[in-house]
Amino acid sequence: MKIYSVADNITSPLGITTIDNFEACLNDETGIKTIENSDLYPTSFLGGLIEKNTFPELFQEDKYTHLENLFIHSIKDALQKAPEIDEGRTALVISTTKGNIDLLAPTYKGEMPAERVLLSSLAKTLSVYFGLSHSGVVVSNACISGVSALLTAKMLIETGQYDHAIVTGGDILSEFTISGFQCLKAMSDEPCQPYDTDRKGISLGEACGTMIVSNQHPIEKEDRPMIEILGGGQANDANHISGPSRTGEGLKNAIKRAIKASHISIEDIDYINAHGTATSFNDEMEAIAFDTLGLSQIPLNSLKGFFGHTLGAAGIIESIMTIEQMRRNLLISTKNFKNMGVSKKLNIVEEIIPEFKSTYALKTTSGFGGCNAAIIFQKYGN
Amino acid sequence: METRVLKYAEINSSKAIRNGEVVVDNPSQLIAKEYFKEIYMALDLKYPKFYKMDGLCQLALLATEMLIGDGDYKGDEIAIILGNKNASLSSDKQHYAAIASKENYFPSPAVFVYTLPNIMLGEICIKHKITGENSCFMMENIDADFLHTYVSHLFEADNYKYCITGFVDFTEENYIAKLFLAGSVDSSDSEATYKFDKTFNKIIP
Amino acid sequence: MEQLKENLKVAIIEALNLEDVSKEEIDNEAPLFGAGLGLDSIDALELIVLLEKEYGVKVENPEDGKDIFQSINTIAAFIEKNQK
Repeated sequence: MKIYSVADNITSPLGITTIDNFEACLNDETGIKTIENSDLYPTSFLGGLIEKNTFPELFQEDKYTHLENLFIHSIKDALQKAPEIDEGRTALVISTTKGNIDLLAPTYKGEMPAERVLLSSLAKTLSVYFGLSHSGVVVSNACISGVSALLTAKMLIETGQYDHAIVTGGDILSEFTISGFQCLKAMSDEPCQPYDTDRKGISLGEACGTMIVSNQHPIEKEDRPMIEILGGGQANDANHISGPSRTGEGLKNAIKRAIKASHISIEDIDYINAHGTATSFNDEMEAIAFDTLGLSQIPLNSLKGFFGHTLGAAGIIESIMTIEQMRRNLLISTKNFKNMGVSKKLNIVEEIIPEFKSTYALKTTSGFGGCNAAIIFQKYGN
Repeated sequence: METRVLKYAEINSSKAIRNGEVVVDNPSQLIAKEYFKEIYMALDLKYPKFYKMDGLCQLALLATEMLIGDGDYKGDEIAIILGNKNASLSSDKQHYAAIASKENYFPSPAVFVYTLPNIMLGEICIKHKITGENSCFMMENIDADFLHTYVSHLFEADNYKYCITGFVDFTEENYIAKLFLAGSVDSSDSEATYKFDKTFNKIIP
Repeated sequence: MEQLKENLKVAIIEALNLEDVSKEEIDNEAPLFGAGLGLDSIDALELIVLLEKEYGVKVENPEDGKDIFQSINTIAAFIEKNQK
């Protein structure tokens, strides 16, 4: 059975549709700004924040939390692009790391009931809003959650339980995560610089992304190349809960499993969208893993310089951006990368490559808990 | 070959039970921290890292130890697929408490790294050198139907020999771990094992 | 100085949850990381918080931790030097 990506949305500081976000990246814009807001952190910091002034339509419904409003907008926009979806045959798979964590803050003054912080409650809220028969499943695998969610959706369709799935991922910028990454000394005081010699850590961003996947294609009217979710794999480093394996063992295993599940060989991969968080250990680990697998010549980019690290959204919005690059036959630059700062050779996309045809693209992620995930997309046609 | 449940383990607030046999009981209703330490001692674990973990990870680690601690498994043959309800709520509250006051603002790295539910999977993997796929799904109660679907698909698609599945949830007031070792076995030696189906959770009464 | 070292041991055992370790077992000169107490990168970050919270001493660059956190002696010396 083939599973296709049929419609999508990205909601971030750069825009509230996939097209807006993609154009912004082509124009070399970034969502990462200096933020001075003592509700988020005592001192100024860098991050990607979706602002009310810029996108008032995302702040309309008081009945819902900030994150829920982002999810609702993102899913609605994606569904509009896939009007032939049957709600009774559609699964809902949600990816998030912290969900409505802002409701748990001792300083929270709103009126949302405490249960709303439960991730299963987030699924219920969205399922009811969209009138789905499926009550929703939430995957919480740290920073790989988005890719895990896509693979879970694929599984739910392959086992015949559903024909379509709404796969949505999101996380907000909260004092919880900012203060946490600050105390881990993992946040950069400049916009994050993936793979660069001067990289100093991550920039956090808030975002939400939705991909509609289906066993039928095309259910959309526009004439554009078909994208199949070919296969994926996951693996654990079994090394440390908050630092990646020095040898990239888990990432290598995840990629190998994805290749096997996709029934292709490693030589078929022609483009890599990597995790590239811009921490010293993550980027180095990725370089070792890609090099060992013989992928050091394959064009590779990280989109963290545009969006920041969007945690539960990352795997989904970066998969959508991967697909969009495949459809448009071009590759986006790795924003803020200047000088090679990892020990192994990587073919990092420095400037936009305007003519690039990718047939098999690899998307990878790694996260806390030692988890790694890889997913492969195939494009049909031109 | 068919998939069977080979072993199971449960930790609730009054007992720690392995394959139906009580390993530790908690008649004096010790608080979680002390009770978990009793189980740690009873299992004769020598793993100082245990004391650094939050309640959720301690609970998951102990239940896994009861499940597979005495076995000889290859790490890349095991996957772990768990359900959970309250995520890392207990550590989340601790992290928030550390940043409640702007004058006394000291978030703790050792607390923050536990503020994700899948860290328990990471801790299990480190202890038992498990490198297979692992995923954490959020659910109100153990959703055996979903877990069965996911695990069965894993066995079919990815050639795993074993999968640890079940439900581990922790708050200071309320906690439970119910773990099952599903394994792909020869149909002929299925006597001492249990059927792995959409109601596999009923193996633990 | 000796009192500071004793206090430091108690604070470290507490902050790093070294349940199986008593302060008598920690030698002033013995390495804390690697083989010693088996501490890791998170423990190093936790020590940075401990120094700031309990002793008002800041470690600006986590890289400096490698030198500062070699042993109880080096930590105590760092505190003495930087405490106002």
